[in-house]
Amino acid sequence: MARYIGKRLIYMVITMALIATFTFFLMKILPGSPIASADKLSPEQRAVVEARYGLDEPLPVQYFDYMFGLLKGDLGISINQFKGADVTDLIISRMGPSAQIGFQGMVLGTIIGILLGMIAALRQNTWVDYSSTLVAIIGISIPSFVFASLLQYWFGLKLEWFPVALWKDGFMSSVLPSIALAMFPLATAARFIRTEMIEVLGSDYITLAKAKGASGSEIAFKHAIRNALIPLITVLGPMTVSILTGSLVVEQIFAIPGIGEQFVKSIMVNDFSIIMGTTIFFSVFLIVVILIVDILYGVIDPRIRLSGGKS
Amino acid sequence: MTQNLEKLPKGSFERITVDTKQAERISKPSVSFWQDAWMRLKKNKGAIVSIILFGLIVIMSFLGPIISPYEPNAQTITHANLPPKIPVIENLGILDGTGTLGGKEVDLYEMKNVEVNYWFGTDGLGRDMFSRLWKGTQVSLFIAFVAAAIDMLIGVIYGGISGYFGGRVDDIMQRIVEILTGIPNLVVVILFILIMDPGILAIIIALTITGWTGMSRVVRGQVLKYKSQEFVLASRTLGASDSRIIWKHLMPNVLGIIIINTMFTIPGAIFFEAFLSFIGLGLQAPDASLGTLINDGYKLLQYQPHILAFPAILLSLIMICFNLIGDGLRDALDPKMKD
Repeated sequence: MARYIGKRLIYMVITMALIATFTFFLMKILPGSPIASADKLSPEQRAVVEARYGLDEPLPVQYFDYMFGLLKGDLGISINQFKGADVTDLIISRMGPSAQIGFQGMVLGTIIGILLGMIAALRQNTWVDYSSTLVAIIGISIPSFVFASLLQYWFGLKLEWFPVALWKDGFMSSVLPSIALAMFPLATAARFIRTEMIEVLGSDYITLAKAKGASGSEIAFKHAIRNALIPLITVLGPMTVSILTGSLVVEQIFAIPGIGEQFVKSIMVNDFSIIMGTTIFFSVFLIVVILIVDILYGVIDPRIRLSGGKS
Repeated sequence: MTQNLEKLPKGSFERITVDTKQAERISKPSVSFWQDAWMRLKKNKGAIVSIILFGLIVIMSFLGPIISPYEPNAQTITHANLPPKIPVIENLGILDGTGTLGGKEVDLYEMKNVEVNYWFGTDGLGRDMFSRLWKGTQVSLFIAFVAAAIDMLIGVIYGGISGYFGGRVDDIMQRIVEILTGIPNLVVVILFILIMDPGILAIIIALTITGWTGMSRVVRGQVLKYKSQEFVLASRTLGASDSRIIWKHLMPNVLGIIIINTMFTIPGAIFFEAFLSFIGLGLQAPDASLGTLINDGYKLLQYQPHILAFPAILLSLIMICFNLIGDGLRDALDPKMKD
């Protein structure tokens, strides 16, 4: 186990270094200048501005400065969107709303998905099963931005149940974005749990529990779901990725001051340091989540041989 | 019972003799793997309906811009922001060209003196949504299919080489894949789109740059599984070359999984294209894809819901079709495989 984690950590560091390097050089060959109204500046003014952001140094020096900064958690300073603001601070200050809708979406989606999947498996091949499958297929198929705009139109604009956009009414503002993000985890969990439950329900120990006279709900909740839940951990990774991807558009649609919205904006205005910072932040986040998921899986289900994970 | 048997007329039974030569006879026509898969697929109603529906969508994406009297990018400013109006169906009270103006229901076609019908309405620049929609579908599908094909090609070659030759080659190739899969797809796609000129080519490259790793892993796993089996050993003993073993013996076995995987790559690519267009990194105006149409429609959602509705419905339909076809094919081609 320790060996496996050690190996994974080394890979993680290599991947991170590669991403950082890659991002850095991509940003350097990006067309356009990060300095707003660069064309209007005289060469002297331009030199002053470049010096302030360290853009006048030779490329290797800039690169090593950046990499050492990263080790200290310093992602550089914003060049034109938030003049001179520290990117690390900017990201931290915007983490709250993103984390809230992401977490709520994940929890809501997973719980409803598990319930849907369970019901579908218990009532296999009935209309309950079919409609649950239909919900799952729709949830996987409809992109989050389509779903988010529909929610916004109906529940925000037409019915006025929830705020249309912005982050002003606390929890109420987070409801619609969370639901929009919940669709993918919901659908994934429902499909996954259904398959697992059907398999578990057919196993010998369930037959034994039935023979001993356990009631239907007792079998479902006490015996079957426990084992069906374990493999769900493996899809936590893809679910997190979907939440993150979704947050870029959902935050945009609902005008939520989160990391995703800031990222999309900085792409529009060529703010290199925010793009780089957010890219690296997203990568670290996803890589750590996937590492935790893999380790968790090995801990919870000892039958999985981590070191031989080649298939 | 026994008494009744005796009452049966003689001659209603005939003694048969078991012919030992017939024991090995195959009584039913032999079914090849693909015929078997097709039979199983035919039983899956969802998949069949999806295949037909998807076929119709593909045909319409080519036919749509042709049968529409308007060019996808032609602007007629005087005909801007018209709601959909379809002859015959308009008599039912829907899609009849009425829209709200200043809170009142009015026939906008009458008001603006428009004699012609726009089946799916027009956008803010007076462009026909019907031809734009199908043109956009064409572009989206093109991007998705090309990206999936490239993913498949690279993935199969890479995974095949890695799995077949094994040893050091495999070790090095797998380390590279491990690092590549560590990089989140989203990040790679966005970064690549940023440095390239926006357009169809940029999107395809961005989608395929790390997209093939999934396919390569699956193919490698399958090749590893089959190459150690007896039929491969037998073929090798008979002196078959590497390429013969790969193409004649391994490929047919791995093909099913390759097809299944591709069927799930395509909706992924369609989604990513739409996603990129939605955050403004996709095709540039006046070109249209489903993503850019949805993006345009979203901005006008409050006043012109039809501009969002049609591309959003079509995109969702395509995605549902592909997921159902993928599910059906998976059950048909690989009944043993779970999830």
